Amino acid sequence: MNNLVVLPLLIPLLTAVILIFLSKRVKAQRWISIISVVINIIATVLLVAQVQNDGIQTLFMGGWMPPYGIVFVADMFAVLLVLTTLVVTAACLLYAFRTIGAQREKYYFYPFVQFILAGVVGSFLTGDLFNLFVCFEVMLIASYALIVLGGTKRQLRETIKYVLINIISSSLFVAAMAYLYGVVGTLNMAHLSVRVAEAGQGGILNVIALMFLIVFALKAGLFLFYWLPGSYSVPPTAVTALFGALLTKVGLYAIIRTFTLIFYHDQAFTHNIIAWLAAATMVLGGLGAVAYKDIHRILNYNVVISVGFITFGLAVATKESLDGTVLYLMHDMIAKALMFILGGMIIAAAGTNKLSEMGGLIKRYPLIGWMFFILTLALVGIPPLSGFPGKVLMVRGGISQGDILLTIVAVASSLIVLYSLIRVFIGAFWREDYLLPIRDQKKWHGTAYVSVVGLFILVIVLGLGSEWVYSYAGQAGEVLANPSIYIDAVLKE
Amino acid sequence: MELYMSLAIGVLFAVGVYLILSKSLLRIILGTSLITHGIHLLLLTTARLKTGAAPLLGENAESYVDPIPQALILTSIVISFGVTSFFFVLAYKAYQRLGTDDMEELRGQEDE
Repeated sequence: MNNLVVLPLLIPLLTAVILIFLSKRVKAQRWISIISVVINIIATVLLVAQVQNDGIQTLFMGGWMPPYGIVFVADMFAVLLVLTTLVVTAACLLYAFRTIGAQREKYYFYPFVQFILAGVVGSFLTGDLFNLFVCFEVMLIASYALIVLGGTKRQLRETIKYVLINIISSSLFVAAMAYLYGVVGTLNMAHLSVRVAEAGQGGILNVIALMFLIVFALKAGLFLFYWLPGSYSVPPTAVTALFGALLTKVGLYAIIRTFTLIFYHDQAFTHNIIAWLAAATMVLGGLGAVAYKDIHRILNYNVVISVGFITFGLAVATKESLDGTVLYLMHDMIAKALMFILGGMIIAAAGTNKLSEMGGLIKRYPLIGWMFFILTLALVGIPPLSGFPGKVLMVRGGISQGDILLTIVAVASSLIVLYSLIRVFIGAFWREDYLLPIRDQKKWHGTAYVSVVGLFILVIVLGLGSEWVYSYAGQAGEVLANPSIYIDAVLKE
Repeated sequence: MELYMSLAIGVLFAVGVYLILSKSLLRIILGTSLITHGIHLLLLTTARLKTGAAPLLGENAESYVDPIPQALILTSIVISFGVTSFFFVLAYKAYQRLGTDDMEELRGQEDE
């Protein structure tokens, strides 16, 4: 029992409630929301230290022992993702202060961000399947509001699709849960794992596992990503950065958790399908990233590629590749947020999102240009930067398992990432003759730069200090590779 | 009893999917609510439809029905209610701004 476990969820929830009362006082909203995230980061850092020293922390809500009550479980994987989430949110908030506009700020922008945060953090920390569904809905409903906030025609059009696809996937989630409850009669994840092991996974349980895979794949944009490129290109930059960094990763977290904790008995069946989905996602995402000349689309398809790549680590499912998955997931959340913010800055500076109509920005915005260039190298996985350690562990795991074809696709997807992002760099920053004549120099004020530079430094630090980060990520991979550690921590207290 | 419920749920799903695949936005929303009904009945059905008293301790009965799925359904009902009302308002707004409820005309950019 450790009450610290619920704080990362409780703080944004209370903050959101307070912010609703202050909706017209923009300054107060900004201060409260950023201070709350900072306090939350401090609490989570304490939690990370506790998890590292004393192992998995649990909190039984209302003192009901599992499997009867709802349990919150803070293992290293969840806590690291919570910490990354909070850092990314802080950066997006700082960027939003200067760019989102007073109109949106007065219509509950900050409360929605806090509700998204509560949903995401709750999804990471919960140890109960139905509670995971509820946290998903908290996150999704807040994201519906954020995506449509502003109400332009494009936003309305894309929100309809986004809401529809998520209603369908949520319905399927409840259906899958109904079947699972019908078969094993419990909803606590650790207890589910025990019961599934007793019943022997096969037949009906494999079908249910695939239903969960479909549901989470819809949320994560794994193969079923067709809603993603459109939906993520309509909201303002700060919101897209938040979505691109967090929402798909929650789906990925759910896939990884389900298939390492509950349905890990019949890997020849389930993990084979996951491997095919991962490969297909990387190929299709790569095609999209190469095909478009619109910055929004290129960046969105890059999200798809990385979803495929992270799933590749799960499909291989060795201790090494799972370590790599954790490292890469953390890197990807930070780097994708930075990528969307820089992409948004490029679009704002050039006044268009079409690559063919911009050029020569390096003269006026050297800092943005070089940061984008180095970020590209980090996303590809060039050694001193943050993408490298995760990628190398995953690829090594893939080779040692003999999944050569899948590994080749994964490595090739890195080249596609390089090509598509370098094309953005060349198109936007080179070609002096294209210099747009009239447009004024666009200026970003203090906090916007603070957020970009802060994220950029994190990308560098995660790369240079990968040995230190690995000491945490290795512990996370340990729990993913040995579900019995998680089960013992929850059920035998 | 479970068999008949399963058949009914299957019909709800089939009609819901058919409606979601249609062109008009309102029919799509109706389709989602039919599917949600199906899901809730499914939750009730998969937990077995044994006879027993309502889950109230005051009943002093020999056996009770399973209380967990009822709690899950109640949660899911209010969530889907919230989402559906949001969706209806969204459809209304979209009709006002875009002047159509035909999904073909809501496709989006030319390059898609």
